[in-house]
Order: sequence, then C-alpha cells, then structure tokens
Amino acid sequence: MPSKLDLLQGTLDLMVLQTLAAMGALHGYGIARRIEQISGDEVLLNQGTIYASLVRLQQRKWISAKWGTSENNRKAKFYSITKAGRKQLTEDAAYWSRLSGVMGRVLAMSAEGEK
Amino acid sequence: MGALHQAIGRVRAFFSKQQHDSELESEVASHLDLAIEENLRRGMSPQEARRQAMLRFGGVQQAREEHRETRGLPWLDVLGQDLRFTFRTLGRDRAFTIVAVLILSLGIGANIAVFSVVNTILLRPLPFPNAQELVRISEKAPTCGESCRTYSADASREFRERNKSFQDVTGYFAFTGPDNLKLMGNGTPVPVTGLLVMDNFFQTLGVAPAMGRLFRPEESVKNAAPVVLVTYPFWKRQLGGDAGIIGQAIKIGDNGKPVTVVGVLPESFDFGAVFAPGSKVDVFVPYIMADYEDDGNDLALMGRLKPGVTIGEAQAEADMLFPKLDIDLKHPEYNKNFGYTATLFGMKEYISGSLRRSLIALWCAVGLIMLIVCVNLSNLLLARAAARGKEFAMRSALGAGRGRLVRQLLTESLVLSSVGAVLGLGLAFGVVTWLAHQGSIALPLLSSVRVDGAALGWTVMIAVAAAVFFGTVPALRISRGNLQEVLKDSGHGTSAGRKHDRMRSVLVISEVALACVLLVGAGLLLKSFLRVMEVDLGFQPTHAAAVSVDYDGNADGAHRWAQWQEVVRRVSALPGIEMAGISDNVPMSRNRSWGIIPKGKDDKDYPKDYLQGTFIYIVSPGYLKAIGMRLVAGRDVEWSDGPKDQGVVVINQTIANKLWPGQDPIGRMADVGGSDVRVIGVVADVHESSAESAAGWQMYMPASQQGPEGANLVIRSSLPLETLAPAVMSTLRSINPAQPATEFKPIQGLVDHAVSPRRFFVLLVGVFAGLGLFLASLGIYGVISYSVTQRTQEIGIRMALGATRGRVQLGVIAKTIGMAAIGIAIGAVASVGVSSLIASLLFGTTPTDPPTFAAIVLLLVIVALLAGYIPARRASRINPMVALRNN
Repeated sequence: MPSKLDLLQGTLDLMVLQTLAAMGALHGYGIARRIEQISGDEVLLNQGTIYASLVRLQQRKWISAKWGTSENNRKAKFYSITKAGRKQLTEDAAYWSRLSGVMGRVLAMSAEGEK
Repeated sequence: MGALHQAIGRVRAFFSKQQHDSELESEVASHLDLAIEENLRRGMSPQEARRQAMLRFGGVQQAREEHRETRGLPWLDVLGQDLRFTFRTLGRDRAFTIVAVLILSLGIGANIAVFSVVNTILLRPLPFPNAQELVRISEKAPTCGESCRTYSADASREFRERNKSFQDVTGYFAFTGPDNLKLMGNGTPVPVTGLLVMDNFFQTLGVAPAMGRLFRPEESVKNAAPVVLVTYPFWKRQLGGDAGIIGQAIKIGDNGKPVTVVGVLPESFDFGAVFAPGSKVDVFVPYIMADYEDDGNDLALMGRLKPGVTIGEAQAEADMLFPKLDIDLKHPEYNKNFGYTATLFGMKEYISGSLRRSLIALWCAVGLIMLIVCVNLSNLLLARAAARGKEFAMRSALGAGRGRLVRQLLTESLVLSSVGAVLGLGLAFGVVTWLAHQGSIALPLLSSVRVDGAALGWTVMIAVAAAVFFGTVPALRISRGNLQEVLKDSGHGTSAGRKHDRMRSVLVISEVALACVLLVGAGLLLKSFLRVMEVDLGFQPTHAAAVSVDYDGNADGAHRWAQWQEVVRRVSALPGIEMAGISDNVPMSRNRSWGIIPKGKDDKDYPKDYLQGTFIYIVSPGYLKAIGMRLVAGRDVEWSDGPKDQGVVVINQTIANKLWPGQDPIGRMADVGGSDVRVIGVVADVHESSAESAAGWQMYMPASQQGPEGANLVIRSSLPLETLAPAVMSTLRSINPAQPATEFKPIQGLVDHAVSPRRFFVLLVGVFAGLGLFLASLGIYGVISYSVTQRTQEIGIRMALGATRGRVQLGVIAKTIGMAAIGIAIGAVASVGVSSLIASLLFGTTPTDPPTFAAIVLLLVIVALLAGYIPARRASRINPMVALRNN
C-alpha cells in the first residue's frame, strides 16, 4: 500500500482557504472531512492539526469565526473566508499553479533525458 | 498586512490563554462529537466510533500544543518558565547568588562610572550648541605659559575683522587670578573672581542668559557704564537668588563704584569646567579693548567657524593672516623681529586631547576588570555546574534538548548580570555624583559627569555581553556532559572529573594573568606618581600658604612699595610666622611672561627660538625665602631697591646658563622691556607649571620698579594654618579695612592641584588593580577549595596510608603555586606589551621597570599562597575515618 502524502509546509492553510471559499461557512470537522474527501484520502492529515492552521488564518484576518449550531443541532465554531482571505487565496492559488506547472515541466524534461 | 495582524493576534492570545484554551477544548469536543456521530451513522459500534474518531483526530495533546505555539508567543512562555525556575534555583543557592551579584555589580559599576567620565570628557560634544564649530586659537609652540598662548588686543581685533572663516572671533582675558575682585555689601567684603571677556564672548559660544541679557558692543568701549554678568551659583549664593536683581547695581571691584547687573548666566554654563579645570569664576565683565592696548598678549582667543568651513581651511587662512597682525598699533617697533603664529584646535581637542591617552588607559583597565569578573563568574558557574551535573543529566534524560538546556543556563546568567547591573548602576551613580563634586580635581568638564542615557545603554550592553561571555562556557560544558560521564564523575572513589578541573584551572590562570597586567600597569603609574611627587620643585610647598592681599592698585611704585613693606613687616612680626613676602604670582597657578636679553644684544645675535618668554614675578623682599626658593648666588631684592634706584632683577639658573654661559651673571646689565636692570641674584629653577614639565625662564623684580598684577602674601610657618589665619587676617584688615575675607591657600594645595589629574588616574587604576587582585585570589581560592572538597576521600585514603599533614598541605599549596606561576608568567609577558602602550603616561619610570615587575610578581605569589593556604589547611585537617565513612 503506497504511503500517504505528507503535507508540504503551508499547503494546509491554502487547502483550508480554498475549502471555505468553495463551501461557505464550515466547522473544523467539516473542513477536515472535506479535504480528506477531495484528496481521495491520499493526504496524511491528523484532523487535530487543522486547528493550528485555523487559528493562524484567523489571526491573519483571512478567515473569521463565530459559534453556531450544526445541522444536527450541535454547538460548533463556524469559519468563513474574509475579503482579505479571498485575495490571499487568489495570490496563493496563482503561485501554486505556476509552481506546479514549472515542476511538471522540469520533471518531464528529466524523464525525456533518461530515454 | 497578514503578518502584522498575526503579530497583534499572537500578543493578544498570549494574554488571554485561558479563553483560547477553553474555546479550543469545546471545539475539539464538538469535533469529536461530530466525528463519532458520523461514524455511528456508518454503522460502527459506539466504542469503535469513538476509537476511529480519536484516531483520525491524532493526539489531542499535540493539537493543543500546536495550537498554543501557533497562536501565542512560545518563546515568551519558555522565558517565563526559565525565569521562574532561575529565581527558584538562585534563591535556593543564596551564598552563590550573593557573591556572584556582588562581583558583577562591582565590575559593572566600575565600568559605568568610568564610561560616564570618558563619555563626558572625551566622547560627548562640549555643552554648547554646534560645539564642533568652536575653535581655540593658540601660538604654534608655546614655550612661556599663557603669554605665548594669547594675543594682544590689537592683534585680536585685526584678526576678528580680517578673517573670512569665522562667524565670529572672541576671547577672554587670560591672566585673571582667583579672588581678584571684592563684593562690598554689609560688613566684610567678599572675595569674588571676575573674568574679563570680549563683549561677544557668550554670543559666540552660544550661551543664552537665564535672566536678563548678555553684553552689548557699546559696553566694551572706554568709559562705558560698568556692567556685569553673574554666574548662576553666584547669583544664588551672594545675591540671594533675587529675580529682581537685573538692572540693579552691586558694588564690586576696588573703587567701590556700583556696577549694573545686566544678566544671570544659565546654571549649565561653568566657565571653569570647560576652560580652566578646577577653578571657578563668579562674574564676567566686559574686556574694554582700549584699556589693554598697551599690555601685550593677554587674550585667549577662540572662534566659531562658519558652517561648511573646515578647520584646515581656517588654518590656511590663519597662516596667512597671523604673521601680519600688529602687536601694538601705537608701538610699531614692537612688531620688529616678531610675528604671530596660530594653530587652530577643535575646542574639544584643545580641552581634553591631552587626557585622551589617560582616559583610554583607564577605560582599558576597567575593561580588564570586567574580563576578570566574567572569568570569575564562569568559574563560579562551573563549580555550580559540577554540583548540578545530576540535575542536568536528569533533565536531558527526560528529553530536554541541548539548546533548551543552554537557553536555561543563559537565562540564569542574564538574570545574575541584570541584577548585578542594577546594583552596579546604583554604585556608579554614587561614584559619579561624588566625582562631579570634586572641584579640586583639575579635569575639564568633571562637574558635568552624569550617568546619562548613553551610560544606561552602555550598562545594558555590558550586562548582556557579560552574561553571554561568562555564561556560555559553563552552559556548553554542562549541556555537553553525557549521562555516563556524569554518573562516573559522581561515583565513589574516583578523583574529580578531570575535564571540569582543567577548564577551571585555565580560567583561574587567565584571571591571574589579567590581574597581573592590571597590577603592573597600576604599579608603573603609582611609581610615576611617586616620582612626580619627589621632583625638586625649586620651592618648599609644605608649611607655606598664600593669601591674596588687597592694596591700592592706583598707587605709584613708591606708595605700593610702602604698603607692601607695612604688610610684610607687621605680618612677619606675628608670633609663629617664620617668613613672609609678597609676589603677584605664585608657582603653578596664574603666570605671565616678559622678555629679557643682555644689554647691548639683539634678538638677531641668538639662533631662532633661543630666547624664550620669561615668567615674571613682581615680588617684595622675603618672598623667595617665604616660598622656600634657594638663592644660588648674589642677593634677594631689598626694601632699599626703590623706584628711583637702579633697576634690579633676580634670574633663575636657566636664564643664567642661557644668557651668560660660563660667566658670572651677577652685576651684569640686562634689558627687560626696554629698561636697563642689573642682575643681582640667581635662584634655583622652579617648576612653574607642573612638576612634570621642565622649568622655563624665570625672573623676579621688585614691586617698587615694576607693576604687579595683584598681590599674594606668602607666609611660612610650622604652625597649622588655622591657628595663624585669624591673626594674619586681622593684621591685614587693620592695615587696610577693605581687605576681603579671602581664603588662605596652602602652597601644597597648588602642587596638589597640578598633580590632581595624575593622582585621580593613579587612584582609580590602583583601586581597579586591587579589585582585580581580590577577584583573582577569590578565583584561586574557589578552585583549590573545590578540588579539596572533591578529593576529600582521596586525601583521606592517602592519610590513612600514612601521608603526613605537612605532605597533604604541601600538595595542595604546590598545586596552587603551579597555577599561579603559569598565570604570572603569562601576565608578566603580556604586561611588557601593555606597559609599552602606556609609556607616554609614565614619568621617570621605564615601561619595563624591574622593581615594579618584581614587586608585582612577589605580591601575586603571596596572595596565591594565602588563597591556597586556607583550603590546604582544611585538607590537612581531614579525618581519614570520617572521609572514608562519608562516601
């Protein structure tokens, strides 16, 4: 069985931002589950680590939080992305797609060289 | 923006830990609930649902830690922990803490105090606005005291008008003696020191009056209404701090005419501190040029450069202008064979430049002290580290990383040095305040020495640097120690861990070496000081005192002579007075100079710079004996040398040798200022300006024939001054009721004043050297004592096997001497290098003076022996039975 992907530094923050941007307000568990589902369970995510990411994003004012009630009537803290957060997301997403593009090209080149 | 918000958020979170923690707790709880619920829905058993939820969450504790680290200020949390722990451990080890803090406070205190002095005298600009523009103008190579550093009224005016480099040029009358005026009020006149300054003096310096106004140009012309500016202390003390004094008249001066007070100078302005260290000026009056045009050189010149003009440019202009200046417009013949020169000095350089080397030496000495303190502290901490070895082994076994341990130990060092710094600051504050009130030390600006912001900054720097310096070695050493080694070290039956021991020995050796350098430096300076005190001054400063005498300054020669004769006759007759005489100037205080040349000769008959300005003293008969000078040939002036008689002069040996080499000068004729005088006597040379500089040309002429500048009655008596003073004063007052209540100044005081900077430096360096010696001996004692404790068992075994007490003692002492010897050897070699650096501060002592080196080596050996003897004694008292049983 192939081992799960270790998350690169900073990638979790970006995933959280994107999830909130796509899904609207969510609680911590919801965000964690969503990321797991989207990644097809390929990411090694201790759900607990999401809370450090959340508090960091909150301090940066990229997300906001307020207590609310979940669909099955449980008290939970709901996070939603702020305007500044969306701006940051656009920047980070652009950066990631550029980086992954470059990585893809570089890796493709070395593969050709081996032939 | 994000980063800023985050920083704010972190600080906020740091102060609301509980709220954040409890919110996280509820969040985690709800997270788990949600997860369990979902798992149940998937059909898991309640137990399995909970297990899976926990599994997916990861460690709850880890999540908490991560959350805290992310949101708050983890380093501050750690610091808080370290501080709490530090205070606890230091509180437990009280003896160590007290010793460490005391040593540190002494070292840091000494450093702050010296820094404050250095900063004030050397580093900080003078207390005037744009002080860097201020320039002192002086002759190139002054050989005759003040007269060669000053310029005539005409020359000063011409330079002021012709130059293009200066915003303004000003000057003050350089020949003012103390107590030259008297304040007439109710009762006894009060002696006052008044200084003549050009009308633009304060404007040029940039001094604004605290009250009233400064002088105006029209107040410095002939017959202007007399005005005076008073200093702040004089206003407070003599004028009662009366704010209404401006515009009022006070009676000051000998004619009793009222003088209008136009202003009070600010408290911050202290003329003496800047221009004439160790003296004070009470009032300032305008220098009226017209009154001094015939008086030769009497103005000390200074100026303020125009913005953007460099001192080099101004110098180039001065080199062009000064040779063409007129000494005396009315007597153009004086200009013959004469030309002024000028060297421009930055004012700061002029005032404190000569002290730079001494101050830097002092700074280095105190730096050495700090090094010794640090080494000593390192040593103490190492000893402590050895005792705490198990504690640290335990912590490291429990997972503390090396960085964390070093950090904890450095926190301890920092706490120690901070507490030491606070105490040291208090100490320095006391010392500096005391120094600022030592009016008798002739160091410029000393009265304005303060522990200021810069000194505080310096303190922080020293404290942190010291903590890192003395804390790092022990911290690294402790944290490196692996568990096994510690366990082995503290096991039974073996000798002390060799590594700790070696490290500590190295530290003690370096301490001894540093102390040796310091002691050699102090020894050489002390010897120089003693040499200076031994110098034959040419007069006897002990058992003599001078008092300034008031007389009718407008009287002609005959009347003056009669007044002086009356004073000398009646004071000489007082019981206990061995000798009395009057001179206008006394050695090592104010001076002025004239010229002397054999009759019939011309300047051109001598090589350039052969003739020198000659210090002139206008005296009464008896003065030479009263001050204790030695007549080598001929006679003293006598009362019979009247105004109408043949002019006479007594010269010193230097003049005799220069002007009449190989001949008997007695009876020869000389030309002094255009009049013919006969040489009647030769006296031994007197060290005029200081004991350290060579005697110049000096001559003595009777007050009947020449005009004196004031009068100092010198009395010689073996009785204490206090018992004589009232009788002398009442005699003076019965002769002249206007005689002010001037103080008697012991002649020794003049000498002390002249050597006071040297005394000051010797005292400080000596204290530092003593401190260094004490610290070094403490270090030796500490190491030896510790090694004895560590080896108690070993010594016990040896004694049980038959080693005698003497043998044990000898072993310990030999170890001590071995360590001290290496330190002394290294120190002595280093001292040779260091002492050559202070060679210019020495007097009559070579930098490698063997007796000094020998004495210091001996001293260090003795101190090392003492420091080693106490533990050696303890070692020899060890009871083998007890020692063996205890372990």
